[in-house]
Amino acid sequence: MTPAQTWIAAFLTLCVFSFLYKDNPFYRFAEHLFVGVAAGYLLAVQWQNVLIPNVWTPLVRDQQLLVLVPLALGLMMLARLWDKGAGIARWAIAFYVGIYSGVAIPGYMQAQIFAQLADAAKPFAPGWGAVNSALVLIGLLGVLAYFFFSMPHEGVHGAGARLGIYFLMVAFGASFGYTVMARVSLLIARVQFLLRDWLHVLPGS
Amino acid sequence: MGWVEKLLSIDRRIIFLLVGAGVIVPLLLPVNLPVTVTPRVQAAYDAIDALPPGSRVLISMDYEPEIMAELMPMSIAVLRHCFRKHIQVVAMTLYPAGTGLGEHALDVASRAEGAVRNRDFVWLGYKSGFQVVMIGIGENLRGMYPVDFYGTPLDSIPMMRGVNTYAQLSMMINLSGSSAADYWIQFAQGRYHAPIVLGCTAVMATDYYPYLSSRQVLGLIGGMKGAAEYERLIDVFGDGRRGMDAQSLVHLIVVLLVVVGNAALFATRGGPGAPAARPGEAPPR
Repeated sequence: MTPAQTWIAAFLTLCVFSFLYKDNPFYRFAEHLFVGVAAGYLLAVQWQNVLIPNVWTPLVRDQQLLVLVPLALGLMMLARLWDKGAGIARWAIAFYVGIYSGVAIPGYMQAQIFAQLADAAKPFAPGWGAVNSALVLIGLLGVLAYFFFSMPHEGVHGAGARLGIYFLMVAFGASFGYTVMARVSLLIARVQFLLRDWLHVLPGS
Repeated sequence: MGWVEKLLSIDRRIIFLLVGAGVIVPLLLPVNLPVTVTPRVQAAYDAIDALPPGSRVLISMDYEPEIMAELMPMSIAVLRHCFRKHIQVVAMTLYPAGTGLGEHALDVASRAEGAVRNRDFVWLGYKSGFQVVMIGIGENLRGMYPVDFYGTPLDSIPMMRGVNTYAQLSMMINLSGSSAADYWIQFAQGRYHAPIVLGCTAVMATDYYPYLSSRQVLGLIGGMKGAAEYERLIDVFGDGRRGMDAQSLVHLIVVLLVVVGNAALFATRGGPGAPAARPGEAPPR
């Protein structure tokens, strides 16, 4: 980044951080600027990386008339922008939903259901790995018991469900710990930028 | 008001200052705490390291600026490893704002390892539609990407000769901050049987452990810590490792605040400052 770009980025970073004290015009300025710039950037990238190479060039230079079909469907989607065009948009949406369902459902079933079921049903690992395998099995059965609502959580089923809650709590705790780490990482990177790239006070900067 | 009550009504901005100091001080005065490598990151490293020189991998850097803090160091570390091993990289992104980030990661890694564009790596840039792109690569990569990010036809790029589907790529590496990772697993791995190594944000990491167990994912790099581990494996001191001191200190502060806050809450239970019970509700113990 050039020094001017670094100063702009540093100023906008401080504008956003100022919200930690309280809401203020600097924060709102940065917020609105971000929304506008992001929308403009998105449009430019879509035009340059998608519409030009995948629609314009094949159609105009290579005379591939088949491109007209997805182009027409895409334009039909835009018909939703006015009330009378909602019916036209539905045709394109119906096409999209049908194609998407056909593509997504088998992929989801294979990767997220069958492969995971196969993994859950595999034999225990040898040696100490068996302890892990046993924990996974007990956790799986406990959590499944907790989410089985067709009979009251009493007796053996209730005990399994209670055990499932403990496994869920551990999972939530691990997830929360990771979330804290993720959020702190974002802060570290911004502070690194301010101290290293802007103020040049970090060791090695 | 006793000290416990004061503690419970502390201004949240004091906590912000504490966390801020916890980040700034270790960055200014680093002690370089050791980074231990977890089996998940080691598995990711081993999978890439086992590829013979001249192999080609597809790397999709599916993230935008809000999470680049975690995924940029990871991207640079993985790219440097690939370039060092003379593995050719076909890089892309599924996010429009990822174009500048992916290009930056390639630029930093290629300069560090002496890699050359169109000989050691190609940058395809952004294309919209997660599943459409993934299936498109599985059927005909040139149909989806007739040209690279800079407008060069793929047929005129030497390293892209003969590469047109996952079958000609030794591995798919997804560095993702979103559900794109699920789709890569569903389509690239599930449908086209491409081996996958996954790098993701720390928030996402626990969701993908089951895929490691089922071998749908060969290795998992989670968050800045994962990036730091990978940097250690390739013997590089990047932003991942630089941030670990601050990460550790802030974690200590958070743990301390949780413990002190809960202790203070328990200390006030039933005391004069305890909240009154609502009608029909048992008083607090």
